Amino acid sequence: MIVNRRATAFALLALSVGVLDACHKKPKVAPAPVTVATTDTMGERRRLDSLEAARRMADENARRRAVDDSLRRANEATSASAALRAALTAVVYFEYDQDVLNGDAKAALDAKLPILIANPGLSIRITGHTDERGADEYNVALGQKRASAVKRYLAERGIAESRLETVSMGEERPANAGHDEASWSQNRRAEFEITAGANLVLKARQ
Amino acid sequence: MPRLAVTALAALAVLASSAPLAAQDTTAVRIGIRYDPSQRPGVLVLPIAGVVGDSLRIIIQRDLDYGDRVVVITPDAALAATLAAGGSINYPLLAKLGASRVVQGTMTPRGLHVALHDVAKAQVTDVAEFPLPIAQNTRDWRAAVHGVSDQVEAWISGTQGIARTRVAFIRGSVVRMIDSDGEDDQAIPMLGEAMSPAWSPSGAQLLYTTFGVNSRVVLHDLTTGRARAFGQASNTTNLTATFSPDGSSIVWAAAGENGSDLFLMPVSLDAPARRITVGRGTDNVQPTFSPDGRRLAFMSSRAGHPEIYIMDADGTNTDLLTVSDFGDQNYRSSPEWSPDDRQVAFQSRISGKFQVLVIGLRDRTSKLLTSDGENKDPSWSPDGRHLVFTSNRSGTSQLWILDTETGRTRQLTHTAGSRLASWSPRLKP
Repeated sequence: MIVNRRATAFALLALSVGVLDACHKKPKVAPAPVTVATTDTMGERRRLDSLEAARRMADENARRRAVDDSLRRANEATSASAALRAALTAVVYFEYDQDVLNGDAKAALDAKLPILIANPGLSIRITGHTDERGADEYNVALGQKRASAVKRYLAERGIAESRLETVSMGEERPANAGHDEASWSQNRRAEFEITAGANLVLKARQ
Repeated sequence: MPRLAVTALAALAVLASSAPLAAQDTTAVRIGIRYDPSQRPGVLVLPIAGVVGDSLRIIIQRDLDYGDRVVVITPDAALAATLAAGGSINYPLLAKLGASRVVQGTMTPRGLHVALHDVAKAQVTDVAEFPLPIAQNTRDWRAAVHGVSDQVEAWISGTQGIARTRVAFIRGSVVRMIDSDGEDDQAIPMLGEAMSPAWSPSGAQLLYTTFGVNSRVVLHDLTTGRARAFGQASNTTNLTATFSPDGSSIVWAAAGENGSDLFLMPVSLDAPARRITVGRGTDNVQPTFSPDGRRLAFMSSRAGHPEIYIMDADGTNTDLLTVSDFGDQNYRSSPEWSPDDRQVAFQSRISGKFQVLVIGLRDRTSKLLTSDGENKDPSWSPDGRHLVFTSNRSGTSQLWILDTETGRTRQLTHTAGSRLASWSPRLKP
């Protein structure tokens, strides 16, 4: 193994020496006639070279700007889209044993409306949840009522019902595992999930 | 002296607890032997010879004890061996030990031969031979032994025992079954995340509902393992399915865009579902049939908060069952009609916690049955005497069994998160 490696190194060394030797040998051809540039033609050449360099620089700058612009626009659109997505999936909360939408809940739903209107390819699933205090089975019905109340609010404001699916998880998926009012108030909720159009860059109607 | 005091206190407690029960009994017609829970007969199960004799005796003793109709007397091994020495039963000694009945089991090539002795009469009153599967300690073998216990209990008390039953329940969104004595806690193959298991009247099928996306009612055949599902519709959650007592139809709640209503479907699933409540946007769930199948109790929020109502099975003549006479308890749910048609068990919130109560169908008075921890979702045993329910009294959610006549409780499950129990009918061999 060692022998082989040495042999290979030696062969490579020999090869490179041969290549260097070949470079040192001068070509045996007659020298080409030298064209002597006049001052004018040299000046013109410099001017053209300079223009060319300037043009290349401008092109390069423009390209960079275009790339930067594109990236910035994409970032802006993405962050705008992310902000819209956050608004669209913002959780809505309920009072104990109620499916009535309070002021905060309506404000959160109003913020979703322009996004749903501007992106007709978007469909969402509304999942109703409850806190742990009621009967396990009744809570499944209550969760469905909460999801339906949200759907009704959005549908009454022009969103096609076919884009709004409702589901209930009752008390089975608490957002907060605690056993006090602070936890329960976080668990009485409707959650939102995009079921169609998840890859869209979201817009909002101005 | 301290022992005497304890005995006297215990006797007082028994008297105190049995007094209102006796009052209840006077309004009811009971068929069979009139039974006084404060004077349960002493029963002694003699040692059984043979390799599985000890296992058989332990299971039968435990079943009779869990039945709560007799007091099981367990002498030590040396004393027990003298009770039937030389093949003759020592009735005077048995009487001294407090036994009024004696169970004598003998292994035969086919199973177990059982003779029931009346100690006072010094004679055998009942005999039967019970076939047992050859493979011991299997599910079928244990079920057959429970069947022996139930027959012995029928000989003694006039009422067949409930040892050969199972309780279906939910743990981790999976339907499970456990034997009445807490053995053999097993899951059934599931479609989706389940709630609310319910038995068919034959005990051969289980109903359950799934929640979340694609909510369905599932009819699971325990014999074949096959499942059929129905009720799946967009924007609809199906819940709390139950069989009619004749097994011909299923009533369940479908929660949709406009509250939840009860629907009826033939068990053949070959006809459209028929709506039987008109909730007008309220919730109407948790149906439970009267034993004759002509009436239904259910929970409705039509008055603004969950309350229990009764109606005819066709949806007419709706009537409020629970009356708000407990101060601030504004939440009653999870009704379960008793098999003896006398009362409905339910849960009500008392001081912030659910407790199990019963309400008489004739006098409409409620009686609180639990107070230790939070207790909910009661289900009647087929003898109409015991309730299985969910309780957190041990620190985790477990199933417990209450004897409504003596107030005796025992823990059925021992894995946390067990809930939503449904007691089977008496299961057939």
